Amino acid sequence: MNASDETETARRSAHEAFARSERWRWTEALPWIAAVGAFFVFPDYMALGTQILIAILFALSLDLILGYAGIITLGHAAYFGAGAYATGMLSAHLGWGEPISAMLFGGAVAAAFGFVSGWILLRYHGLTLLMLTLATAILLMETANVLEAWTGGFDGLVGISIWPLLGTFEYDLWGHTYYWYALTVLFLCFLVCRRIVHSPFGRSLVGIKNNTARMHAIGTPVHRRLVTIYTISAGMAGIAGGLFAESNAFVTLDVLSFARSGAVLIMLVVGGVGRLYGAFVGTAVFLILEDELAKLSPEFWEFGIGLLLVLVVLFFRGGLLGAADALTRRLFPGKRP
Amino acid sequence: MEQALKAAISILFDGVAYAMLLFIISVGLSITMGLMGFANLAHGAFAMLGGYVLVTLMLNAGIPFLLALVLAALVVALVSIPFERFLYRRLYRAGELDQVLLSIGLVFMATAGITYFYGPSTVAISVPAFLTGQIDLGFGTFPAYRTFTIAVGIVMIVALWYAFEKTLVGARIRAAVDNRRMAQSIGIDVDRLFVLTFSVGSGLAALGGGLAIEIIGMSPTFALTYLVFFLIVVAVGGLGSVRGAFVAALVLGIVDTAGKYLWPDGGAFFIYALTIAILLAKPEGLFGRA
Repeated sequence: MNASDETETARRSAHEAFARSERWRWTEALPWIAAVGAFFVFPDYMALGTQILIAILFALSLDLILGYAGIITLGHAAYFGAGAYATGMLSAHLGWGEPISAMLFGGAVAAAFGFVSGWILLRYHGLTLLMLTLATAILLMETANVLEAWTGGFDGLVGISIWPLLGTFEYDLWGHTYYWYALTVLFLCFLVCRRIVHSPFGRSLVGIKNNTARMHAIGTPVHRRLVTIYTISAGMAGIAGGLFAESNAFVTLDVLSFARSGAVLIMLVVGGVGRLYGAFVGTAVFLILEDELAKLSPEFWEFGIGLLLVLVVLFFRGGLLGAADALTRRLFPGKRP
Repeated sequence: MEQALKAAISILFDGVAYAMLLFIISVGLSITMGLMGFANLAHGAFAMLGGYVLVTLMLNAGIPFLLALVLAALVVALVSIPFERFLYRRLYRAGELDQVLLSIGLVFMATAGITYFYGPSTVAISVPAFLTGQIDLGFGTFPAYRTFTIAVGIVMIVALWYAFEKTLVGARIRAAVDNRRMAQSIGIDVDRLFVLTFSVGSGLAALGGGLAIEIIGMSPTFALTYLVFFLIVVAVGGLGSVRGAFVAALVLGIVDTAGKYLWPDGGAFFIYALTIAILLAKPEGLFGRA
């Protein structure tokens, strides 16, 4: 075999590996089956279910930048909150309550903010970047606090009234309409994420995460790529925020808080970073446990999540899904997880 | 005019007292982060622990305030050693994300644990008579407790300056912050410096936590509420720089206090805007090394 044949074979097998990683697997249907099934099994819990779906979308947007591009942020709630306030203020002040366009407006505002802040912040690294993202989110919260006439300040934004979905489906007390609405939005956004991470653009992000210097050397426009994914991620977080504002008809400063930035990071890490489905598992486990344990005692819950975090960092770097992979490998050696 | 001057002096005094508190708590974090490169978000939890140890010593064991303050710092300095040995050191080479998550997990556990034992509300202690009321300093009367805090802060600054600049251990720490591998290769036991600085830093944080009870209050949310302020002091001052931590704490303490007096609703706004501006211009902080 001569050298050019060898290169050709290598090229083909690499190509095949990429194609294989993008192929749908039957396990990927499970979360969607679970989400649809939950509607019929727990019809009384759909308000919680809707909040879980929104949180999954938010965590998914974080996975794009953290899990694939390796951007560590302590202020992702800035974009969730920007979307929530944009959607809420559109209805409360301008009287526009059409849910789909209002949600997309929230996403657009968050994306614009993500573009501007990302363009400035993504030149920095490490602890400085961590502090800058954190301070940006808190600065936005302080701004919302000061602009009381627009945001309602500390008391929260009231007067949001959302029209029926598609002109027909009314908001109902059990949250059934919004569950389906949120599930549809989540599914569409997930398809976009899945397409992105398997595209050449997505692969180049992983390259930047693993070895920035080399990506510079082979001519990748690193900063532009990072800003692009940051903007997409911010837009998706904004859509989640818009859904949040619509489903609750109320927005408080809490949507921009450090607690929310921290919680979404924890949910994603507990589920597993850089694998899209980690957002689903981590968020569902986090919010269902919170709902159940907080009934017993809030301290119990807080201690539990702290301990879980420490254990995940020390022993299960891949989160719950990573642990499940390791278990599968142990039980069925030789099989690809 | 005289009224305004009096108000300005009073704000300045309160601001400096607050700054001393921030400095005492944050300086340990700055040194450990400079030395070990560990993004330790749980540093405030050691300050909080110090506050609660002080409360327990005073209320349950009847130990007087000043002695209890010193004991609380010693207890926390000792307690922090196993944390460094068994948890933190495993992650010195890990990325910031793992460090952030581990230490946030510890903050949650500390908050939950303290809420469980002490309840969620603010705790109170009774300080000795000579620390209550006003004290005449010759050029005006000031709150005695804040004067005491500033005095403790000044003593700590001088002690730290001496330890860093004039002792062998201080020289070793400076060498290790500048270039850890070089320091190791000339025979400095960096591993032991890690334990030492971590323990002393946690003890100082506990001292600050004990002092904080009477100034900014102590409740189980302390570690999380003030976390951002400690991080700002460290990041703006520059990692591993005692002088930087002092300057940053002074600016933050005075600006924050003045903001709360002059513009109660939006005072915090300036702090974060200033932090972002400084970090954008000098990513390694005011006195940090690039």
